[in-house]
Order: sequence, then C-alpha cells, then structure tokens
Amino acid sequence: MTVNRQRHIYLDNNATTPTDPRVVEAMLPYFYEHPGNAASRNHPFGWAAEEAVDYAREQVANLLEVDSKEIIFTSGATESDNLGIKGVFEMYRRKGNHIITVKTEHKAVLDTCDHLEKLGAEITYLDVDSQGLINLADLEAAIKPTTILVSVMWANNETGTIQDMKAIGDICAKHGVLFMSDATQAVGKIPVKPKEVGVHIMAFTGHKMYGPKGVGALYVSRKNPRVKLTAQMDGGGHERGMRSGTLNVPGIVGLGKAAEIAKNEMAQDAERLSKLRDKLETELMKLEEVYLNGAPHSRMPHVTNLSFKHVEGEGLMMTFNQNIAVSSGSACTSASLEPSYVLVALGLGDDLAHSSIRFSLGRFTTEEDVDYAIKAVAEGVNHMRDLSPIWEMYKEGIDLSTVQWQEH
Amino acid sequence: MAYSDKLLDHFKSPRNVGTLDKSKKTVGTGLVGAPECGDVMRLQIEVDPETQTIVDAKFKTFGCGSAIASSSLATEWLKGKSVDEALTIDNMAIVEELALPPVKIHCSVLAEDAIKGAIKDYQQKNGILAEATVAEEAKA
Repeated sequence: MTVNRQRHIYLDNNATTPTDPRVVEAMLPYFYEHPGNAASRNHPFGWAAEEAVDYAREQVANLLEVDSKEIIFTSGATESDNLGIKGVFEMYRRKGNHIITVKTEHKAVLDTCDHLEKLGAEITYLDVDSQGLINLADLEAAIKPTTILVSVMWANNETGTIQDMKAIGDICAKHGVLFMSDATQAVGKIPVKPKEVGVHIMAFTGHKMYGPKGVGALYVSRKNPRVKLTAQMDGGGHERGMRSGTLNVPGIVGLGKAAEIAKNEMAQDAERLSKLRDKLETELMKLEEVYLNGAPHSRMPHVTNLSFKHVEGEGLMMTFNQNIAVSSGSACTSASLEPSYVLVALGLGDDLAHSSIRFSLGRFTTEEDVDYAIKAVAEGVNHMRDLSPIWEMYKEGIDLSTVQWQEH
Repeated sequence: MAYSDKLLDHFKSPRNVGTLDKSKKTVGTGLVGAPECGDVMRLQIEVDPETQTIVDAKFKTFGCGSAIASSSLATEWLKGKSVDEALTIDNMAIVEELALPPVKIHCSVLAEDAIKGAIKDYQQKNGILAEATVAEEAKA
C-alpha cells in the first residue's frame, strides 16, 4: 500500500456495505473446497453444503430471535419484498384484496404494490409526518374487513427514521391483519426482533449488513400466526416450497456469518457510529441554513440526512466526490429529474429536497474519515454558495417566494 | 456518470463567476430556472453601446455540475462577440463542447435561454428590440 494513495472515504453505507473480511473468509471454502448442492442428499458434498446452510440459518435466526425454520433464503431484499407481498396477496386473496403501506417505502415495496393494483388489489398509501413517521390513528382507520396486509418499513433508507414497530404490530394484532416489514436498513444495525413487535413477515439482505450481495432472506412466522405464502419462483420446491432455486451456499454462509458478527458487535458499532454521526451533523449544522431531515429521536445511529439550502445536491457532491462517497435526494442524480419522493413525503419543498445529502456511516468508518468529510463538505457548501444566485438573493434579503421564476 | 474533462474543468474552475451592476444601462441580466426545479441560472452581459460588442460576462448558477459548466462556458463564448453573434449561440453547441449526457441536455437549454434573456434585457433597457429577438418571441 502506498503512503500517498488517494483518500477514499465511504459514507454511503445505506447503499451497500463493504463485505466484512471475516465474512469473506467464511465464504471462501464454499466455492471450491465444498462445492456441493445443498439439495444433493446422497453424497458428502451435498451433506457439507446442507450443513453449512443449516448453520447459517441458525446464525440468522439467532440474530432475530426466531426459529431457524422461519428463515427463507432469497437473492436479496427486493426478491424478499416481492415474495412477501405478492405471496400474501395470492394466498389470502379470498379473504380480501386490501393492502396498506406507506408513501416512503422502498421502490421494491411500492412498485410491487403498484403491480398488484393492476391485478385487482386495493392499496392504501399512508402519509408520514415531517419526521417520516406514520400516524397510528391513520393506520387503524385505514384497516377494513378486506385488509390482508400492512407493510411498513422498519427504518427508512434515506432518512434513517425508525417507525414505532411495536405500536403498529399491536394495531395489526388487534385487527387480525398480517404485518410485514422491509427491515433491510435495520437488521444487523439495531436490535430487530420481529416476534417482540408482532411482525409476521420480514425482508432483509446481506449486503446492507456487511455480508455479500446477491443473498437475502424473508422471515415468515410459523406460529401464531402460521403464515403461508404463494411461491413466486416455481421449481424444485426449495425453502419449504416458498422459494425454488439452488441455494447460493457461499452467499448464505456469508449472510450467516454477517448475522453472527452483527449479534456480537452491533451494540458497540451503534454506540461508536452515533457519536461520529453526531459529530458530523453538529459540525455541518454550524454552517448557515442547514436543515436536518428525519426523526432526530427515532432514527438509525449511523445516518444523517441534511439539506444545505440554496445549494444543489449533485453539484455539491461533485465538489468532493473524487474522495467522498455520499448520496443525494437531488433530482439530478436520478434519471427522472424528480427529487426524492421520500423527502417530498416529509413535506420538504422541492428546493430543499434538491439540496439534500445523505451521509451513512458504517463499521469501517473512522473518526479521521469524518473529520476529513466535515472539512470537505463545508468547503464544498461555501464554494457552491459563492456560485449560487439564489444564495446571493437570500443574502440581499430578497424573499425568494416572491420572485417570478421562469420554470422549465 | 462519467463527465468529460472539459466539463469537470469548467466545474472545478468556473470562469467569470460574479455579479455585474444590473442598474447600469449597459448591463443585461438573464435569470432562468426555478429553485423547485433544481436549476437557477443568472447570466449577465455588459455591452459596449458604440460597437454592440459584449465586453464582459458574468454568471452565478444554482444547479448540478452540468448546469454550472454550461453557464461558465456560455460566459466564455459571449465575451468579445457582438450581440447579434451571441444570439446565434445554440444549446447543441454547448452539448457538444461539454459532451453532456442526454439527461443533462436541459442544462444547455437553460444556458441558451439565459443568454437570450440577458440580451433581451439589455435591448429593452436601451429601447432596441432587434428583429432577431422579436422573431424569437413570436416563436415562443
């Protein structure tokens, strides 16, 4: 390693996390030394693979404090979300066709619901408040006799806002409705115990918890209630018939190892990262006109989402993206040119949504990284404000809402 | 998205950033875009009334890297041009020069509109309404 290597700081852990080297090490034997198919029941190669998968299933179940039979391995959270929602809709169609979800869900949930709407489902999309939290009374009021599923994400990917899962679970239990959660951003980072809060189906993935990409899982409750899902992938009947397809043994071993590490280290990681996050946030909020997006008292320990007023997010990122990786809710980062629908749902004006940057720290983030980022981002904000005509107008005391803009 | 070296150069070292005195009769200001859309471009020109030549150009832009580079390039091109020549600057020339990806073409359109807006403002201040501008208006 050269001393003068260019500094690369990764503060985009909500997009994906690096695979922990201990996870990589655990996976390696399952590519060549133990090549078996976990479904091969008649030789030692198959037995070794099956044993490894069983062990990983235990590791994952231990993290969530559920029974290992309740874990279905998939290719990732998108597949898990699809299997959970479509699987419930097909299985419980006779009971009803109504699904309740939230406007700030991930696209894997929203687009799946959209798809089902075309097939006859009725979908209610709940609003959120300015912190990204749903209103529990709205949820309860939305439940009707035809409601078969409530799907609420555990923690939001853009803001880190954590929903009141126990309260939502209680409402679902009271009305006898299945409760599903996309817990992709929460599992492995904060305590996630579906049985404690009344979640019956739960999607998550390896690569957001320092495991590999291409492997995820769906928790499906087997007792009180026993949830049944219609398979979305037909074939050899793997995973209790809910998800056919040869098991990704190295990936599953990796997910298991990642779950084991998370169980042991989550608390200390969260404590360390929340301190670093708070430092980053406090320092950057010393700049003028910086706004925090999300729920300050109910959010993930490693995430902060800030809007730097009168600075466009993608432009700002370009000032430091040779060295620092973050994400923006700016439209310019998306093909659609629409700003983040999550931030808009929180009630941010499009101007503040365009000005947002998400910083997501991770297990391998150091204090030095954060110090460097504070300096680089502050410099970038000042540079972009020097370039910004609306910052100049704001400084001159012009009320921007009275300006006649020529919209494009 | 990988950007061209020219675009990155204009973004990192933007030319002609600043503000001209908009109360001066020789200065024309074009302000286009809206904060809600994520782009606001302000482009100003100063014209020598004797020769109808653009002697200075300044910009400030709120927007992405492509918007900033487009307006920086526009000011570079404007300096030394006659007003009539400036009116012929086409957004596609900016697209080509900076190798803007398709999703960023609107940034070049914004720059062209800002140029036209600045010239129109100058001409209105001075009681000139060139035929070219009238024709543009009619098209719009």
